[in-house]
Amino acid sequence: MFDAFAARIGSAVLVVLGVCTLVFLLIHLVPGDPVEAMLGESARPADRAAMRQALGLDRPLSEQYLTYLGRLVRLDLGQSFHYQQPVRVLLAERIPPTLELTAAALALALLLAVPLGVMAARHRGDALDSGAMSFSLLGISVPNFWLGPVLILVFSLWLGWTPVSGRDGALSLVLPALTLGTALAAVLARMVRSSVLEVLGEDYVRTARAKGLSEAAVLWRHALRNAWLPVLTLVGLQLGGLLGGAVITETVFAWPGVGSLLVEAIQSRDYPVVQACVLLISLAYVLVNTLTDLAYAWVDPRIRAG
Amino acid sequence: MQNLRTWLPLGLLGLWAIAVLAAPLLPLSPNAIDLPGILAEPGSDSLLGNDDLGRPVLDRLLVGARTSLFVGLGVVALSSLLGVLVGGFAALAGGWVDLALVRVIDVFLAFPGILLAIALAGIMGPGIENVIIALATVGWVGYARLARAQILSLKQRDHVTAALALGARPGRILRVHLLPLAMAPLIVEATFGMAGAVIAEAGLSFLGLGVQPPDASWGSMIRDGVGYMLVAPHLVLAPGVAIVLVVLSVNLLGDGLRDRLDVRTGTD
Repeated sequence: MFDAFAARIGSAVLVVLGVCTLVFLLIHLVPGDPVEAMLGESARPADRAAMRQALGLDRPLSEQYLTYLGRLVRLDLGQSFHYQQPVRVLLAERIPPTLELTAAALALALLLAVPLGVMAARHRGDALDSGAMSFSLLGISVPNFWLGPVLILVFSLWLGWTPVSGRDGALSLVLPALTLGTALAAVLARMVRSSVLEVLGEDYVRTARAKGLSEAAVLWRHALRNAWLPVLTLVGLQLGGLLGGAVITETVFAWPGVGSLLVEAIQSRDYPVVQACVLLISLAYVLVNTLTDLAYAWVDPRIRAG
Repeated sequence: MQNLRTWLPLGLLGLWAIAVLAAPLLPLSPNAIDLPGILAEPGSDSLLGNDDLGRPVLDRLLVGARTSLFVGLGVVALSSLLGVLVGGFAALAGGWVDLALVRVIDVFLAFPGILLAIALAGIMGPGIENVIIALATVGWVGYARLARAQILSLKQRDHVTAALALGARPGRILRVHLLPLAMAPLIVEATFGMAGAVIAEAGLSFLGLGVQPPDASWGSMIRDGVGYMLVAPHLVLAPGVAIVLVVLSVNLLGDGLRDRLDVRTGTD
């Protein structure tokens, strides 16, 4: 079992190194001269030279790469020239709102998806089932950059129940979390349904029914408990979509998180900040996926042995 | 019900294609600014109303249909080609080549897709070609993983061994003996990939990273309309409904194809 863990962690380390490398290469994809793109054509040559030196772009690529890795190890993410602050300080401010938003969206998604999926499985083939699955299909097909404005229109502008944007109290979290969580809820509801359906066909469910347990007890105590694992794995996999979607959702609601920082940095061509945001979000995703895998192996003895 | 689930999406997608094909023949004026007609409501003068510059929403919707279809097809074509080549090459080569390519695939999978696309499109600069490149850079891994898995299991079959024994070259084996059998899941992946590309293009354009003004994209129409939502909700509603209908249709089609071709793929 130790070998399996070591192998999983080893491959995660390789992936992390690859992610860092790709992010390093990003700045070299800027068409033309990144320094000119950042400072504009009218910048003085001396300023350009200073910026080039600050970014290390005057060095050979291999040296730049090693310097970059060395600074990453020391958690030095460089300097934002737009905000005139270390990138690390900027990120530290923006991480808690993003965590808050993704956690709320995830909780909301589970809260919607589990009852919906269980209900659909319970009433397989009925109107309830097709209704739940139609909702799920719709949820997958509605983009968050449209759902967000529509929710703002209805609940903020027409009904006046929630703030239009910004982060000010629990009420301001409702619409962003709903916007971000709906697609995940839709995907999860399908998974919960098929997972519960599979479990309901198992022998121990028949045994539970045969000994006279109520249908609710069978469903919640026996079926759902065993249907959890595939659902949790899917949550881990879908977290990437959630983190990516947070970029757009945060922009829609002017939510002061890492995602909106990324979009602001792209608009102001603040490339060190762009790199840091991509790196941070991707590494968070890798970390959670690795932890999910390890936890999965821990929980399920069949995997632990294999 | 089952018929409806097949014919409704096909009908809607047909409408999409017709809109794209017919648009150049129609007397559209998507960029004609009409100051007295600013924010006009939907009505007889302008079927879907006018936007904040008095441009007709319907005309812009039709031009936007072209943008999304063009990007969708371009992304699916480019990323499936690249993905099948890489995945097929990895599976056929085996050994350290396979191992190295799998690592590369893993690294790309480690990025939340839309995040990398946003960063790439943002860094390469706006424009429809850059949107296609950014989305294909993100999209090829899915096909590569799928093609590799398929071909790994297929290459042990007798007819492949026979072809190898007869001295067929790897390219021919991939094209003639392997791909036709590996096609079904790739087609399903491509269908869902199309839905993803349409949403992603609109998303990038919403962020201002896609097509540039005055060109129309459904995403940029939503972005431009958000500021006028209270007085002119049709600016946001019309392009959104168009996106949802197209994506819903493509997803329904993908579901139908998956059932018909009997493919087991995850939702990931």
